[in-house]
Amino acid sequence: MGMSFICLIINLPTSIPVKIHLGKINWEHTFYRPDFSFNIGNYRFYKNLDLKFGLDLAGGASLVYSIDTASVSQENLPPALESLKGNIERRVNLFGLSEANVQLSSIGDQHRLTVELPGIEEISEAIALIGQTAKLSFRGETPVPPEATASATFYDLFSADTGLNGSHLLSASVEINPNNSQPEVALEFNAEGSQLFKEATEKYLNQRIAIFLDDYPVTYPTVQSVIPDGRAVINGNFDIKSAKSLAAQLNAGALPLPVELIQQTTIGATLGKDSISKGVYAGIVGLIIVSLFMIGNYGYLGVIADISLVIYGLITLTLYRLIPVTLTFPGIVGFILSVGMAVDSNILIFERFREEIREGKPWNIAMELSFGRAWDSIKDANTCTIITGLILFNPFNWDFLNTSGMVRGFAVTIILGIVVGIFTGVFVTRNLLRVFAKQNVKH
Amino acid sequence: MNIMKYRPIFLIISSLLIIVSLFSIVKWGFRPSIDFAGGSVWEIKFSLDVSQDDLRRIFSDQNIDLNSISVSDHDYTLDFSNIDQSQKEALTSAIAVLDPEYYELRFETLGPSLGQELLKKTIFAVALSSLALLFFIGRKFSDFSFGASAVLAMLHDAFILIGSFSLLGHFFAAQLDSLFVTALLTTLSASVHDTVVTFDRIRELKRKNIKIDWVDLANQAVSEVIVRSINNSMTIIFMLFSLVLLGGQSTRWFAAALLIGVICGTYSSTAVAIPLVLLWKRKKQIK
Repeated sequence: MGMSFICLIINLPTSIPVKIHLGKINWEHTFYRPDFSFNIGNYRFYKNLDLKFGLDLAGGASLVYSIDTASVSQENLPPALESLKGNIERRVNLFGLSEANVQLSSIGDQHRLTVELPGIEEISEAIALIGQTAKLSFRGETPVPPEATASATFYDLFSADTGLNGSHLLSASVEINPNNSQPEVALEFNAEGSQLFKEATEKYLNQRIAIFLDDYPVTYPTVQSVIPDGRAVINGNFDIKSAKSLAAQLNAGALPLPVELIQQTTIGATLGKDSISKGVYAGIVGLIIVSLFMIGNYGYLGVIADISLVIYGLITLTLYRLIPVTLTFPGIVGFILSVGMAVDSNILIFERFREEIREGKPWNIAMELSFGRAWDSIKDANTCTIITGLILFNPFNWDFLNTSGMVRGFAVTIILGIVVGIFTGVFVTRNLLRVFAKQNVKH
Repeated sequence: MNIMKYRPIFLIISSLLIIVSLFSIVKWGFRPSIDFAGGSVWEIKFSLDVSQDDLRRIFSDQNIDLNSISVSDHDYTLDFSNIDQSQKEALTSAIAVLDPEYYELRFETLGPSLGQELLKKTIFAVALSSLALLFFIGRKFSDFSFGASAVLAMLHDAFILIGSFSLLGHFFAAQLDSLFVTALLTTLSASVHDTVVTFDRIRELKRKNIKIDWVDLANQAVSEVIVRSINNSMTIIFMLFSLVLLGGQSTRWFAAALLIGVICGTYSSTAVAIPLVLLWKRKKQIK
């Protein structure tokens, strides 16, 4: 037991200070932060250990939409919501953000969609793209008078709306034509759409029908036969890739449920950087005061508590990187607060230790006794904080509790802080003291 | 150390704090942030001096209620009603005319219905935490007077924290937001945390010496635990205090709320929870 902890203690300082230097102290000066590897026992970690920052620190946008579910029956709702999510994800992916996140939630019978776009700069474009509703339309060819041909645009040519739109489209998919092995895009309409499509194909037989996505012509196939069953294929010079992209476009055009933006939060990147540096500064100042306070109160025991505290900080930061924990500003507050709480176990133990010494017990026995007796208090006291931490963190995503990223960011750092704090406060301090005690006995 | 002889003083301090809190809540109420009330906040960094009148004109042109403008340097914080995307774009283009080099630090808008929801979730979370802590204390201390006193001390702290934010809201424009709620829940647990350590000690001493008088017992337990209690709170207070002073605007009030909560929690475990237990025990003795 003891050896492994000492192992960890020996291991940490050689590797982690490099990381701290890059991550914290030189934050504003160097952007070069390589991937990192280190050993714990026999395990070797290779991982991108960059700290992950939430929207409030990295900058970006969070958008909450309310979903209008009035048009859909209860049993069709789950698939409709899932396909809505899929469509929005496709739209969001156009911005090429690595950490974009789309989430569904519900409260009572209200359904919500939350889109998080960390680091995005073109926020209004994103809002426009995400929020656009089904603008898929099918328009028939209209004869253009010969004298106007020169000036006629594509829109004049296809100006007869068939009444079909994205809401009638159930799905678009890629199929391979068995006759010529050419990819085709298959469309499937709902009942009303099938009827409209049948009428349209009757009317425009041997003419062209253009499919517009957001007023942008996607394709304009010629109607080869009347189609009564709501199933159509678009064939043309597709390769697999272009067929897939057309199917995706058609699917994306058909947002199954209308959405409305009800909450928007956008944070500029500079505000976040400012918050980080101020938070780190405040944390360092607080840490120095706490360290001095411990040394002032407990002398060499305080020094040992401070060493455990540094180990505590290193372990916690390592966990943030490994899990990874997305750091928000309340999360940083949580971390700073947890540093203050981590010392608690040591204070409890040291006060006990003093009492035992006062009662005349020898050093070694007083130490072991005080760890044992303080443990009950440490356990009980921290249980309370973990209970509220869990309620704030809401691990099961219950609708009736908060789901805000800010609050959760705080809760997760507090919970982690307490668990690691107990570990370092009790086990690490104890092992450090045992080493100390052995030396004492020798001399 | 005979701390329990100061019980009348503790009673006066706690009563004063509660009366002031109650007075402020009734008289001035709270300043809910947009988290609860809905609305918009827009923080803009301008590159040049922009007159507040120009800003007000832009908002009145768009028929948007501008509640307040606060300025520090070239950073403007505008507080107004909930708007939609087209209104936002209209505002953006009007602002760009004033200062094309402006930089949007933060923009937030949300409808009032979301605020209602948050309020419900908050009340639920506070209720759930209280119940969970109550359950924990009940299991831990089969003696009802201990459990009830710990819970009352916890509510005492929560009420003073809420009251002090009513005061801070009135005098320093501190707002109630979801982070305040987080601080409130943390206060609940911190309060119980401290009380549990002291009660543990009382039980331990009682086991050793069953005949000891309750007041003497309380004095002995407190004098044994108080150094730990104060030292531990000091470390937390150092960390939070440096956050309040140095940590920047965005979480200053959050850190302040935690600070008030921690101080109350330390005070109440000695000055409220234990005197309540004594009160209980004395009544029993008289009977």
